[in-house]
Order: sequence, then structure tokens, then C-alpha cells
Amino acid sequence: MRKLKEFIIEKLILVCGLAAIFFVVLIFLFLLKEGLALFKSVNPFAFIFGKSWYPISEPAQLGIMPLILGSLLVTLGAAIISIPIGVACAVYISEVAPSKTKEILKSGIELLAAIPSVVLGFIGMVTLVPWVKSVFHLPTGLTALSGSIMLAFMAMPTIVSVAEDALYSVPKNYKEGAFALGATHWQTIYRVMLPAASSGIVAAVMLGIGRVIGETMAVMMITGNSAIIPHSILQPVRTLTATIAAEMGEAVVGSEHYFALFAIGIVLFVISFIINVTADLFLHKRQ
Amino acid sequence: MAKISTNSLNLWYADFHALKDVNISIEERRITAIIGPSGCGKSTLLRTFNRMNDLIDGVRIGGQILIDGRNAVEPGVDLVALRKKVGMVFQRPNPFPLSIYENIVFGEKVHAGKISRDKLDGIVEYSLKSVLLWDELKDKLRKSALSLSLEQKQRLCIARLIAVQPDIVLMDEPCSTLDPQATARIEELMRELKNNYTIIIVTHSMQQAARVSDDTGFMLLGELIEFGKTQDIFTAPKNKQTEDYITGRFG
Repeated sequence: MRKLKEFIIEKLILVCGLAAIFFVVLIFLFLLKEGLALFKSVNPFAFIFGKSWYPISEPAQLGIMPLILGSLLVTLGAAIISIPIGVACAVYISEVAPSKTKEILKSGIELLAAIPSVVLGFIGMVTLVPWVKSVFHLPTGLTALSGSIMLAFMAMPTIVSVAEDALYSVPKNYKEGAFALGATHWQTIYRVMLPAASSGIVAAVMLGIGRVIGETMAVMMITGNSAIIPHSILQPVRTLTATIAAEMGEAVVGSEHYFALFAIGIVLFVISFIINVTADLFLHKRQ
Repeated sequence: MAKISTNSLNLWYADFHALKDVNISIEERRITAIIGPSGCGKSTLLRTFNRMNDLIDGVRIGGQILIDGRNAVEPGVDLVALRKKVGMVFQRPNPFPLSIYENIVFGEKVHAGKISRDKLDGIVEYSLKSVLLWDELKDKLRKSALSLSLEQKQRLCIARLIAVQPDIVLMDEPCSTLDPQATARIEELMRELKNNYTIIIVTHSMQQAARVSDDTGFMLLGELIEFGKTQDIFTAPKNKQTEDYITGRFG
């Protein structure tokens, strides 16, 4: 009887595990099937490098270069803002802050991670967008810069907590050794701690960027959504994610437009996959 | 004059009284061993000489530590200068995760800022020669220090110290992770270094203290029980507790 119970539980767990993998594979296959269908009628090269995205004109122009550049520009901007601040914050929390401040900061960071992105987008829309508009004297504040700033807030919790973890796990005797040689606290941090934690910090940055590039709601609300190739960070842009979210509802199932949106999904998947694998490589290097 | 002397040195970790009225006087260019059972305060004593205990929260120190006549525990002491003068080798070899070369020039870069390449090369060669690693490592200076054997790592840590030209070298059980042959070679190196440096070694191995040191102090429960010439301590201890410890009745 006990053996039977053991057997049933074991198999149940197995089924649950297999189900998770099974669903992922199904989703992936569906994405591939719908996305690759596009390339029966559209040249993949023209799809990726095409400069105009007019999916409902006649004939439809399905070039996603403006969207890719939009995504990259917003992500790059967010990275430039969030990496220095995030890493510096991690150094402060793990090395400098007194233990009370440390606790407060850590829960603050966790709270920041818990804010739903639509809420962040909404706050950005009513505060950040008018601010950008008036500071740079622009016709509209819905720009790539606004998106970058907002996304920097979303990347920061990930960057801070993973980088802080990496710094924390640097063996204490490195620090002692540096102090014993007469290094100051700052010299110890940037000559020993940061190099020792470098792979974990790179992983933190990659995970943060991964979060940014997949983000949809906030960017859709504040980047202006115009699918043109951006020439400056002060122009409206449209990202890959926002395009799918905005147009999926109106695309006719089975149309070229519909397949094109799935193909964008594949492009996004490939980008995220590369970023996550890179982060993983660095995390494992650390261990 | 003594190189290091303490006047009723007391130390507390929060409520725990770890050093009790320690008065010790350590001579220049000799090897002084501090022995005693685990938890007797010997490492704590060693770490007060370069103020490494400051890294621990809740430490209080009373009394005086005179190093070349200057009190090292009064407020406002320049800790950077103190630690440059009083270097430390740790129980677990702790080379930085940098190249061998960068490990050795670490101290110089930290203290002097910009220095010419030639001068750094000279420091690396001199320091590695002092610890007898030059011939083994001169072609691998760019390799990671973490790829070395334990003994090589510990020698590298000593070389890293020599590069900043300290006066005093503190060694906190420097051989406890090494095998007997490697231990013998490090001890040989200590005898060599004695010509230029004042060495204080904490060890739980009485045999090591007997082999390598000139003077020995025995500590128990935070107190310095007996201090004298190593020969005298091991052959004719004056104190009953010292005798019990070195004859292996407890510890």
C-alpha cells in the first residue's frame, strides 16, 4: 500500500514536470509556425532590414528595422541610466551602508520591483512626459528618452539585487587582504571587490536589460509609438513589443500582418534568449 | 628598545572580554611565536597590531600598543600608514582574483598611485625572489594567481607584503592549510626573512613555535601567561599552566 502511494506521487510529480516542458515547447512551436508562415510571401531579409512598417497600406510594407532600432535605442538609453546607478547602489548597499539603512534600501528596491509596469507607465505619462517636453522644448514629451528613463526604473531592482548578491559573495578574506596591505575602503572596492564580482555584475546587467527589452506596457504608454527610424533619443519611437501589443487586436487572423506580428515575436524571443544565455554563462562562470 | 610593546592592553568584542591586561614586548628582527589553545585570544592580539579588529562591529580597545614608540590605538592614527608598516599573512592564502603580477604590485599602486612600468617590474622581481618563487613563476606573471598551488599562493601573499616594504610581518597560522613539506619550506623562508623583518607568528602547533621562533608567548583565556625565550619556555617553563599546555595535558 505504502509502495503504491509512493509510486503514484512519484508519477504525479513527473507528469507536472513534463507538463511544464510540454507547454513551453507548444508555445515555442506555435510561435514558429505562425511566424515562419510570413516568409512564404515576404523575404526575411526585407522583413528585418526593411525601413518602413506600414502593415495596412496596399500593398503592405513590412520592414521592422524602425521597430528594432526603436527597441535598441530605448534599451540602450535605459542601460546607460540604470547600470551606473544600479551598480553604485549595489556597492553602497553591500559595502557602505550601515545595517539599518541597508535593510530599508533593500526593501525599497524590492518595492520598486513590485510596482506593476502599467502603473509605472501611467505615472511616467503624467509626470515624466510633460517634464521631458518642457525641459527639451519638444512638440511632444512622448519620446525614446521618456521610455528609457521609465525602463531604467524597471531594470534597476534586478541590477541592484543581483549585483549586490555578487558583491556579497566575494570572499571576506579578499577584503581583509586588501585592508591589511593598507588599501582604503574605496581602493578595496574598486581594485578587489568589483573585479572579483565582475561576472556576477555582468550577469546582473544582462538580466536587467533582458527585463527592459521585453517590457511592453510602460513603453507603449510613453514612447509615442511612431514607427519611423529614430535619429535622436528625443524623438518618438515604437518598440517591437509595443507593436505586437498595439496591433494584434486589429490584425486579421491568417493575414500577412498577423503572421508578421508573430515573426516579430520570434525576433524578440531570439534577442531575449541571447541575453539570458549570456547572463547565465556569466553567472556560472562565477560559481 | 622593543619594536612593539603593549601596556595593559584590553579588548572587548561587545560584552566578551577577549584580551585582559596584556603586557608584551617584542624585539626587532626576531621571530616571536604566540601559542595557546583555540579561543585564547592569540589571533585577536595579533590583529590588534595592525588594527584589523576594527573591521568587526562592537570592538573596544583599552590600553596602549607602542610600535616604534608610537601609540597605534589612539584615535586619529593613520591606519593606511600603520598597515603599510605592519603587514599581515592570513591563515588561508588569499591572493586577489587578479594576475600574479597585479597581486604583487597591488600595494605599490594603492600607496604610490602612478609608477613607471620599470619600477613595478623591479618590485615584482625583487618580491618574488625574496620568497623564492621567481624562477618558478617568472614566465607566468600574467596568469591568474588563483591557478597556483596552496603553498605558492601563500608565498605570493608574503611576496605581496614584501612589495610594500613593511617593518613588521604578522602571520596568523600561515601554515595551517599546508602539507608538512610546504610547511617546512615556509618556515625556512621565515628564518630568511627574519634578517630584514620583525616577525610575529600565531600558531596552534607547539612544534612549529619550537622550531621556528626565538621568543614565545603563551596565552590562555585572554591573558598572556608567560613570555620568554623559546628555549626557556619549552624546557623550563616557570608557570604551571604553561607547563601543562606544552606537555600536552590540555589544549
